Amino acid sequence: MKAMTMTQKILAFHAKLPDVEAGQLILAEVDMVLGNDITSPVAINEFARINGKGVFDKKKISMVMDHFVPNKDIKAAEQSKKCREFACSMGIENFYDCGQMGVEHALLPERGLVTAGDIVIGADSHTCTYGALGAFSTGVGSTDMACGMASGMAWFKVPSAIKFVLTGRMNKWVSGKDVILHIIGMIGVSGALYKSMEFTGEGLKNLTIDDRLCMANMAIEAGAKNGIFEVDEITLAFLKDVGAKTPVIYKADDNAEYDEVYEIDLAEITPTVSFPHLPENAKTFDEIGEVKIDQVVIGSCTNGRLQDLIEAAEIMKGKKVASGVRTIVIPATQKIYLQAMELGLLKIFVEAGAAVSTPTCGPCLGGHMGILAKGERAVATTNRNFVGRMGHPESEVYLSSPTVAAASSITGKISHPDEVMSS
Amino acid sequence: MNVKGSVLKYGDNVDTDVIIPARYLNTTDKKELASHCMEDIDESFVTRVKTGDIMVAGNNFGCGSSREHAPIAIKESGISLVIAKNFARIFYRNAVNIGLPIIECEQAAEEINEGDTVRVNFETGIIRNITTMKEYKTLPFPPFIQQIIQAGGLVEAVNSGLISKK
Repeated sequence: MKAMTMTQKILAFHAKLPDVEAGQLILAEVDMVLGNDITSPVAINEFARINGKGVFDKKKISMVMDHFVPNKDIKAAEQSKKCREFACSMGIENFYDCGQMGVEHALLPERGLVTAGDIVIGADSHTCTYGALGAFSTGVGSTDMACGMASGMAWFKVPSAIKFVLTGRMNKWVSGKDVILHIIGMIGVSGALYKSMEFTGEGLKNLTIDDRLCMANMAIEAGAKNGIFEVDEITLAFLKDVGAKTPVIYKADDNAEYDEVYEIDLAEITPTVSFPHLPENAKTFDEIGEVKIDQVVIGSCTNGRLQDLIEAAEIMKGKKVASGVRTIVIPATQKIYLQAMELGLLKIFVEAGAAVSTPTCGPCLGGHMGILAKGERAVATTNRNFVGRMGHPESEVYLSSPTVAAASSITGKISHPDEVMSS
Repeated sequence: MNVKGSVLKYGDNVDTDVIIPARYLNTTDKKELASHCMEDIDESFVTRVKTGDIMVAGNNFGCGSSREHAPIAIKESGISLVIAKNFARIFYRNAVNIGLPIIECEQAAEEINEGDTVRVNFETGIIRNITTMKEYKTLPFPPFIQQIIQAGGLVEAVNSGLISKK
């Protein structure tokens, strides 16, 4: 048998092949097919053109109404309605509407819908998030989603891989977001094009599940097909806690081939901000001058989890949002919202002068709930800073961790957490 | 199959947010999507583009979101082919799945200019720049992808039994 990476082993198993190699085209069974309120309507149209009725497995499809929900306008409402009616008619079990939904990539892990060793395809580019749990998960289009819903199968080109060996421990105010922005800055937005990013090394034990979900989430921003973390006790404890299916652990062969291997000492990473208009424009605070801002967004599938809100609240507690800055905090799921309420975090945000929103993707993609005007700048814990991403084509988005975003909301300019936290 | 058209040229990392901004994703209407195609980087695209035109771009074309609305908007606007140095992977599979012809060719993408007239033969993989009289040879798609394209797209491939549970 050929030596394989983690990703290649998962693909081989699901393709019922003894082994696979980079470049090979395969058909593989999938364990979960995901869509949202933007991509599912296109998939539903395509699904209607497929011969035969019904979906391959009612338990293995998830539809999450999260992008333009609560519905921002009549057209968005029509799209959600179309998904709702389809889910109802097909008996899709994991349909999440306003009131139960959360940002999809925070919601699925929390509901135990993904486990290690799974293949997940999702009509959303940030589907790569679940690699944090040792799954092969990747973004696809709506036609892929339609055919996946009908057949339970998807075609893949087996990727080669880049290995990231993580060592050491992160310093105060450094999180998974800084690590992944650092890596994207290092390899570029097409640095992992068509490839897997495989994360391993003794430094993993110092990364929480929320750190890992954030890092795997942004693998797509380096062009990667997927990001995947080696399964360890932290993964297994999380999967048990959320009641996920029995995990299947795939370790890379010792002699697996990698296109490149990077060793990254987590202790060397400092708070990092990606400047407009590409996530690869990563800068550390020694390169960041005074950049005044108009808005801060803390949330999204990248950084709307409980750890993110706890860290932001630690910075904002007892302080006030700077005059002229709008700060929007968006817990990623209903459960996180409730936990943040019980922990008193929402009170801290509201007292500081931030707006707290119900879960939604909203501003991240310039959908609603925090759109930027011409010439405005935002610091956001989201994942993309492309032209027009959060609103007007002449607005700007700076990507950061929750602590940098929180500190910036207090000062009104891009700020290191140390600027507002006296040690 | 041959296509011949005049070229609209763009740079590296043309992302799906500029191909079709998210503010227009509250519809699946193809004509409406096409009416906003490329709006945030090239407001004149929708008025300039003619049926059969060829889009040429640099690295990582279609990076970002998985939105199939992006290749749909390009196809519906009349573009017959996209030539790029390389494509972001979700855009690549979406284009294959919906039947928007795409070709990766570094040298052609580098040398072809805005306004050039270009002819492409998909069987031979030859790109001919009629304006500059230069020719480029590309690698054909792998057989499996050709089968999807020949079927007419992924839905047709499923309907024909090419993709089914083993």
